[in-house]
Amino acid sequence: MENLRDTWVYLSASPLFHLTLTLVAFQGAFWLFERAGRNPILNPVLISVIVIVGVLISTGTSYPQYFEGAQFVHFLLGPATVSLAVPLYRQLAKVRQSALAIGVSLLCGSLTAIFTAVGIAWLLGGGPDILATLAPKSITAPVAMAVAEKIGGLPSLTAVVVIITGIFGAMFGTFVLNAVGVKDWAARGFAMGTASHGIGTARALQVNEVAGAFAGLAMGLNALATAILLPVLWAIVF
Amino acid sequence: MLGYLTLIFSCQLIGEVIVGTLALPVPGPVVGMVLLFIYLIIRGFVPTDLGEVAGGLQKYMSLLFVPAGAGVMMHFGLIGEAALPIAAALFVSTLATIAVTALIMSRLMKRGN
Repeated sequence: MENLRDTWVYLSASPLFHLTLTLVAFQGAFWLFERAGRNPILNPVLISVIVIVGVLISTGTSYPQYFEGAQFVHFLLGPATVSLAVPLYRQLAKVRQSALAIGVSLLCGSLTAIFTAVGIAWLLGGGPDILATLAPKSITAPVAMAVAEKIGGLPSLTAVVVIITGIFGAMFGTFVLNAVGVKDWAARGFAMGTASHGIGTARALQVNEVAGAFAGLAMGLNALATAILLPVLWAIVF
Repeated sequence: MLGYLTLIFSCQLIGEVIVGTLALPVPGPVVGMVLLFIYLIIRGFVPTDLGEVAGGLQKYMSLLFVPAGAGVMMHFGLIGEAALPIAAALFVSTLATIAVTALIMSRLMKRGN
Protein backbone atom coordinates (compact mmCIF):
# COMPACT_ATOMS: atom_id res chain seq x y z
CA MET A 1 0.00 0.00 0.00
CA GLU A 2 2.83 2.33 0.99
CA ASN A 3 4.61 1.54 -2.30
CA LEU A 4 1.47 2.14 -4.30
CA ARG A 5 1.04 5.55 -2.70
CA ASP A 6 4.67 6.46 -3.36
CA THR A 7 4.27 5.40 -6.97
CA TRP A 8 1.13 7.57 -7.32
CA VAL A 9 2.91 10.56 -5.81
CA TYR A 10 5.77 10.04 -8.26
CA LEU A 11 3.58 9.45 -11.32
CA SER A 12 1.12 12.26 -10.67
CA ALA A 13 4.05 14.68 -10.72
CA SER A 14 5.50 13.36 -14.00
CA PRO A 15 4.16 14.30 -17.44
CA LEU A 16 3.76 10.62 -18.36
CA PHE A 17 0.61 10.04 -16.31
CA HIS A 18 -1.47 12.93 -17.65
CA LEU A 19 -0.20 12.46 -21.17
CA THR A 20 -1.28 8.81 -21.05
CA LEU A 21 -4.59 9.74 -19.43
CA THR A 22 -5.29 12.11 -22.34
CA LEU A 23 -4.50 9.43 -24.93
CA VAL A 24 -6.43 6.68 -23.15
CA ALA A 25 -9.50 8.89 -22.67
CA PHE A 26 -9.43 9.88 -26.35
CA GLN A 27 -8.90 6.31 -27.55
CA GLY A 28 -11.89 5.20 -25.49
CA ALA A 29 -14.02 8.09 -26.72
CA PHE A 30 -12.98 7.46 -30.34
CA TRP A 31 -13.78 3.76 -30.00
CA LEU A 32 -17.26 4.66 -28.76
CA PHE A 33 -17.68 7.15 -31.63
CA GLU A 34 -16.72 4.46 -34.18
CA ARG A 35 -18.91 1.82 -32.54
CA ALA A 36 -21.89 4.18 -32.82
CA GLY A 37 -21.33 4.44 -36.57
CA ARG A 38 -19.42 7.76 -36.22
CA ASN A 39 -22.49 9.47 -34.81
CA PRO A 40 -21.40 13.13 -34.38
CA ILE A 41 -23.42 13.45 -31.15
CA LEU A 42 -20.82 11.21 -29.49
CA ASN A 43 -18.16 13.84 -30.12
CA PRO A 44 -14.78 12.37 -29.07
CA VAL A 45 -13.49 15.71 -27.74
CA LEU A 46 -16.53 16.19 -25.51
CA ILE A 47 -16.43 12.65 -24.12
CA SER A 48 -12.66 12.76 -23.46
CA VAL A 49 -13.01 16.11 -21.68
CA ILE A 50 -15.80 14.76 -19.45
CA VAL A 51 -13.72 11.68 -18.54
CA ILE A 52 -10.53 13.67 -17.90
CA VAL A 53 -12.23 16.37 -15.82
CA GLY A 54 -13.92 13.58 -13.83
CA VAL A 55 -10.55 11.91 -13.13
CA LEU A 56 -8.87 15.20 -12.23
CA ILE A 57 -11.62 16.25 -9.82
CA SER A 58 -11.81 12.84 -8.14
CA THR A 59 -8.01 12.69 -7.67
CA GLY A 60 -7.80 16.30 -6.53
CA THR A 61 -5.51 17.25 -9.43
CA SER A 62 -5.38 20.88 -10.56
CA TYR A 63 -5.65 21.83 -14.22
CA PRO A 64 -2.13 23.37 -14.41
CA GLN A 65 -0.76 20.12 -12.97
CA TYR A 66 -2.64 18.13 -15.64
CA PHE A 67 -1.53 20.51 -18.39
CA GLU A 68 2.13 19.91 -17.58
CA GLY A 69 1.72 16.46 -19.11
CA ALA A 70 -1.00 17.24 -21.65
CA GLN A 71 0.92 20.16 -23.15
CA PHE A 72 2.79 17.75 -25.42
CA VAL A 73 -0.47 16.90 -27.16
CA HIS A 74 -1.63 20.53 -27.08
CA PHE A 75 1.63 21.63 -28.69
CA LEU A 76 0.90 19.69 -31.89
CA LEU A 77 -2.10 21.95 -32.62
CA GLY A 78 0.28 24.51 -34.16
CA PRO A 79 1.97 22.13 -36.64
CA ALA A 80 -1.42 20.54 -37.44
CA THR A 81 -2.79 23.99 -38.34
CA VAL A 82 0.22 24.68 -40.57
CA SER A 83 -0.27 21.31 -42.30
CA LEU A 84 -3.80 22.35 -43.39
CA ALA A 85 -2.03 24.08 -46.30
CA VAL A 86 -1.73 20.61 -47.91
CA PRO A 87 -5.46 19.81 -48.38
CA LEU A 88 -6.00 23.47 -49.26
CA TYR A 89 -3.37 23.28 -52.02
CA ARG A 90 -4.99 20.12 -53.39
CA GLN A 91 -8.23 22.13 -53.80
CA LEU A 92 -6.47 25.15 -55.28
CA ALA A 93 -8.39 25.08 -58.58
CA LYS A 94 -11.72 24.94 -56.76
CA VAL A 95 -10.73 27.71 -54.34
CA ARG A 96 -9.75 30.08 -57.17
CA GLN A 97 -12.91 29.31 -59.08
CA SER A 98 -15.11 30.16 -56.08
CA ALA A 99 -13.22 33.20 -54.76
CA LEU A 100 -16.26 35.50 -54.86
CA ALA A 101 -18.52 32.94 -53.13
CA ILE A 102 -15.83 32.50 -50.47
CA GLY A 103 -15.53 36.24 -49.77
CA VAL A 104 -19.27 36.90 -49.55
CA SER A 105 -20.13 33.85 -47.44
CA LEU A 106 -17.19 34.57 -45.13
CA LEU A 107 -18.47 38.09 -44.46
CA CYS A 108 -22.09 36.94 -43.94
CA GLY A 109 -21.02 34.02 -41.74
CA SER A 110 -18.68 36.12 -39.63
CA LEU A 111 -21.36 38.78 -38.99
CA THR A 112 -24.02 36.13 -38.26
CA ALA A 113 -21.71 34.52 -35.69
CA ILE A 114 -21.07 37.81 -33.91
CA PHE A 115 -24.59 39.32 -33.98
CA THR A 116 -26.59 36.19 -33.11
CA ALA A 117 -24.30 35.30 -30.17
CA VAL A 118 -24.31 38.82 -28.72
CA GLY A 119 -28.03 39.35 -29.45
CA ILE A 120 -29.21 36.15 -27.80
CA ALA A 121 -27.02 36.60 -24.72
CA TRP A 122 -28.21 40.22 -24.41
CA LEU A 123 -31.87 39.15 -24.61
CA LEU A 124 -31.24 36.60 -21.86
CA GLY A 125 -29.65 39.17 -19.57
CA GLY A 126 -25.92 38.60 -20.12
CA GLY A 127 -23.75 41.45 -18.78
CA PRO A 128 -21.39 43.51 -20.99
CA ASP A 129 -18.35 41.39 -20.08
CA ILE A 130 -20.25 38.20 -21.05
CA LEU A 131 -21.35 39.74 -24.37
CA ALA A 132 -17.77 40.74 -25.19
CA THR A 133 -16.59 37.25 -24.25
CA LEU A 134 -19.14 35.58 -26.55
CA ALA A 135 -18.69 37.87 -29.57
CA PRO A 136 -15.51 36.21 -30.99
CA LYS A 137 -16.64 32.66 -30.07
CA SER A 138 -16.45 31.23 -33.61
CA ILE A 139 -12.76 31.88 -34.21
CA THR A 140 -9.66 29.99 -33.17
CA ALA A 141 -8.81 30.37 -29.46
CA PRO A 142 -5.61 32.48 -29.50
CA VAL A 143 -7.16 35.16 -31.73
CA ALA A 144 -10.52 35.02 -29.92
CA MET A 145 -8.81 35.63 -26.57
CA ALA A 146 -6.88 38.63 -27.88
CA VAL A 147 -9.99 40.15 -29.51
CA ALA A 148 -12.17 39.54 -26.43
CA GLU A 149 -9.63 41.29 -24.25
CA LYS A 150 -9.54 44.28 -26.59
CA ILE A 151 -13.33 44.79 -26.35
CA GLY A 152 -13.69 44.16 -22.61
CA GLY A 153 -14.32 40.40 -22.40
CA LEU A 154 -12.70 37.79 -20.16
CA PRO A 155 -9.88 36.06 -22.09
CA SER A 156 -9.76 32.84 -20.05
CA LEU A 157 -13.55 32.34 -20.27
CA THR A 158 -13.26 33.08 -24.00
CA ALA A 159 -11.04 30.02 -24.42
CA VAL A 160 -13.76 27.83 -22.88
CA VAL A 161 -16.53 29.45 -24.92
CA VAL A 162 -14.52 28.86 -28.10
CA ILE A 163 -14.06 25.16 -27.30
CA ILE A 164 -17.79 24.71 -26.52
CA THR A 165 -18.65 26.42 -29.82
CA GLY A 166 -16.34 24.02 -31.66
CA ILE A 167 -17.93 21.01 -29.97
CA PHE A 168 -21.49 22.23 -30.74
CA GLY A 169 -20.50 22.74 -34.39
CA ALA A 170 -18.91 19.29 -34.64
CA MET A 171 -21.90 17.64 -32.91
CA PHE A 172 -24.78 19.33 -34.75
CA GLY A 173 -23.20 20.68 -37.95
CA THR A 174 -24.09 17.62 -40.02
CA PHE A 175 -27.75 17.81 -38.96
CA VAL A 176 -27.98 21.52 -39.75
CA LEU A 177 -26.33 21.09 -43.16
CA ASN A 178 -28.65 18.22 -44.03
CA ALA A 179 -31.68 20.17 -42.76
CA VAL A 180 -30.93 23.18 -45.00
CA GLY A 181 -30.22 20.82 -47.89
CA VAL A 182 -26.67 21.90 -48.75
CA LYS A 183 -24.92 18.97 -50.45
CA ASP A 184 -21.82 20.65 -51.86
CA TRP A 185 -18.75 19.53 -49.84
CA ALA A 186 -16.94 22.84 -50.29
CA ALA A 187 -19.90 24.83 -48.89
CA ARG A 188 -20.44 22.33 -46.06
CA GLY A 189 -16.78 22.48 -45.01
CA PHE A 190 -16.57 26.24 -45.36
CA ALA A 191 -19.59 26.65 -43.05
CA MET A 192 -18.06 24.34 -40.44
CA GLY A 193 -14.75 26.22 -40.42
CA THR A 194 -16.44 29.65 -40.29
CA ALA A 195 -18.75 28.75 -37.39
CA SER A 196 -16.60 26.39 -35.36
CA HIS A 197 -12.89 26.93 -36.21
CA GLY A 198 -10.45 24.03 -35.66
CA ILE A 199 -12.81 21.58 -33.97
CA GLY A 200 -15.28 22.01 -36.84
CA THR A 201 -12.35 21.58 -39.25
CA ALA A 202 -11.25 18.39 -37.51
CA ARG A 203 -14.80 17.06 -37.87
CA ALA A 204 -14.94 18.09 -41.56
CA LEU A 205 -11.62 16.30 -42.19
CA GLN A 206 -13.13 13.11 -40.74
CA VAL A 207 -15.96 13.28 -43.26
CA ASN A 208 -14.50 14.48 -46.58
CA GLU A 209 -11.20 15.84 -47.91
CA VAL A 210 -12.78 18.73 -49.88
CA ALA A 211 -14.83 19.71 -46.83
CA GLY A 212 -11.68 19.57 -44.69
CA ALA A 213 -9.74 21.82 -47.05
CA PHE A 214 -12.48 24.46 -47.20
CA ALA A 215 -12.99 24.27 -43.42
CA GLY A 216 -9.29 24.97 -42.83
CA LEU A 217 -9.46 27.90 -45.24
CA ALA A 218 -12.58 29.30 -43.54
CA MET A 219 -11.00 28.94 -40.10
CA GLY A 220 -8.01 31.05 -41.12
CA LEU A 221 -10.07 33.64 -43.00
CA ASN A 222 -12.65 34.07 -40.25
CA ALA A 223 -9.93 34.55 -37.63
CA LEU A 224 -8.64 37.41 -39.76
CA ALA A 225 -12.11 38.85 -40.59
CA THR A 226 -13.34 38.78 -36.98
CA ALA A 227 -10.10 40.22 -35.61
CA ILE A 228 -10.49 43.19 -37.95
CA LEU A 229 -14.31 43.61 -37.91
CA LEU A 230 -15.21 43.00 -34.28
CA PRO A 231 -13.27 45.83 -32.57
CA VAL A 232 -14.65 48.27 -35.19
CA LEU A 233 -18.25 47.04 -34.76
CA TRP A 234 -17.89 47.20 -30.99
CA ALA A 235 -16.71 50.81 -31.12
CA ILE A 236 -19.73 51.72 -33.30
CA VAL A 237 -22.41 49.87 -31.29
CA PHE A 238 -21.21 50.63 -27.75
CA MET B 1 9.71 12.45 -43.55
CA LEU B 2 11.76 14.25 -40.90
CA GLY B 3 12.63 16.88 -43.47
CA TYR B 4 8.97 17.79 -43.99
CA LEU B 5 8.22 17.76 -40.27
CA THR B 6 11.09 20.24 -39.95
CA LEU B 7 9.59 22.28 -42.78
CA ILE B 8 6.20 22.42 -41.00
CA PHE B 9 7.79 23.45 -37.68
CA SER B 10 9.91 26.06 -39.48
CA CYS B 11 6.82 27.54 -41.16
CA GLN B 12 5.18 27.86 -37.75
CA LEU B 13 8.30 29.40 -36.22
CA ILE B 14 8.67 31.95 -39.03
CA GLY B 15 4.91 32.59 -38.73
CA GLU B 16 5.28 33.36 -35.01
CA VAL B 17 8.19 35.72 -35.75
CA ILE B 18 6.21 37.56 -38.46
CA VAL B 19 3.12 37.88 -36.23
CA GLY B 20 5.22 39.11 -33.30
CA THR B 21 7.24 41.60 -35.33
CA LEU B 22 4.36 43.06 -37.33
CA ALA B 23 1.79 42.75 -34.48
CA LEU B 24 -0.64 40.98 -36.84
CA PRO B 25 -4.12 40.04 -35.53
CA VAL B 26 -3.75 36.34 -36.53
CA PRO B 27 -1.99 33.46 -34.75
CA GLY B 28 1.47 32.29 -35.84
CA PRO B 29 0.28 28.86 -37.08
CA VAL B 30 -2.21 30.51 -39.48
CA VAL B 31 0.62 32.57 -41.00
CA GLY B 32 2.65 29.32 -41.04
CA MET B 33 -0.17 27.73 -43.05
CA VAL B 34 0.08 30.56 -45.59
CA LEU B 35 3.86 30.06 -45.80
CA LEU B 36 3.51 26.31 -46.41
CA PHE B 37 0.85 27.10 -49.01
CA ILE B 38 3.28 29.45 -50.81
CA TYR B 39 5.95 26.71 -50.66
CA LEU B 40 3.50 24.29 -52.33
CA ILE B 41 2.65 26.81 -55.06
CA ILE B 42 6.37 27.23 -55.79
CA ARG B 43 6.95 23.45 -55.72
CA GLY B 44 3.90 22.90 -57.95
CA PHE B 45 2.87 19.60 -56.32
CA VAL B 46 2.50 17.93 -52.89
CA PRO B 47 5.56 15.71 -52.19
CA THR B 48 4.40 12.24 -51.07
CA ASP B 49 6.21 12.43 -47.72
CA LEU B 50 4.75 15.87 -46.94
CA GLY B 51 1.29 14.50 -47.72
CA GLU B 52 1.90 11.67 -45.26
CA VAL B 53 3.15 13.95 -42.46
CA ALA B 54 0.18 16.30 -42.95
CA GLY B 55 -2.25 13.38 -43.08
CA GLY B 56 -0.80 12.00 -39.84
CA LEU B 57 -1.18 15.33 -38.03
CA GLN B 58 -4.74 15.77 -39.30
CA LYS B 59 -6.00 12.23 -38.77
CA TYR B 60 -6.48 12.75 -35.04
CA MET B 61 -6.69 16.52 -35.04
CA SER B 62 -9.63 16.45 -32.61
CA LEU B 63 -7.36 14.79 -29.99
CA LEU B 64 -5.23 17.94 -29.99
CA PHE B 65 -8.13 20.01 -28.62
CA VAL B 66 -8.67 17.78 -25.57
CA PRO B 67 -6.06 19.37 -23.22
CA ALA B 68 -7.44 22.87 -23.88
CA GLY B 69 -11.00 21.54 -23.52
CA ALA B 70 -10.28 20.18 -20.05
CA GLY B 71 -9.55 23.80 -19.07
CA VAL B 72 -13.32 24.19 -18.69
CA MET B 73 -12.86 22.89 -15.13
CA MET B 74 -11.18 26.19 -14.20
CA HIS B 75 -14.33 28.14 -15.08
CA PHE B 76 -17.26 26.17 -13.69
CA GLY B 77 -18.02 29.09 -11.35
CA LEU B 78 -18.11 31.78 -14.04
CA ILE B 79 -20.09 29.58 -16.42
CA GLY B 80 -22.58 28.68 -13.68
CA GLU B 81 -23.33 32.36 -13.03
CA ALA B 82 -24.38 33.00 -16.64
CA ALA B 83 -25.17 29.46 -17.79
CA LEU B 84 -28.38 30.22 -19.69
CA PRO B 85 -27.21 33.19 -21.80
CA ILE B 86 -23.90 31.46 -22.55
CA ALA B 87 -25.36 28.06 -23.50
CA ALA B 88 -28.27 29.45 -25.54
CA ALA B 89 -26.10 32.00 -27.36
CA LEU B 90 -23.42 29.46 -28.26
CA PHE B 91 -25.87 26.78 -29.37
CA VAL B 92 -28.22 28.90 -31.48
CA SER B 93 -25.49 31.15 -32.90
CA THR B 94 -23.22 28.28 -33.96
CA LEU B 95 -26.04 26.44 -35.74
CA ALA B 96 -27.33 29.65 -37.36
CA THR B 97 -23.84 30.53 -38.59
CA ILE B 98 -23.41 27.08 -40.17
CA ALA B 99 -26.80 27.34 -41.92
CA VAL B 100 -26.32 30.92 -43.20
CA THR B 101 -22.74 30.36 -44.43
CA ALA B 102 -23.52 27.07 -46.17
CA LEU B 103 -26.69 28.37 -47.86
CA ILE B 104 -25.05 31.55 -49.19
CA MET B 105 -21.93 29.73 -50.34
CA SER B 106 -23.81 26.95 -52.15
CA ARG B 107 -26.13 29.45 -53.90
CA LEU B 108 -23.23 31.63 -55.06
CA MET B 109 -21.22 28.62 -56.26
CA LYS B 110 -24.16 27.34 -58.31
CA ARG B 111 -24.56 30.76 -59.92
CA GLY B 112 -20.82 30.89 -60.69
CA ASN B 113 -20.86 27.60 -62.58
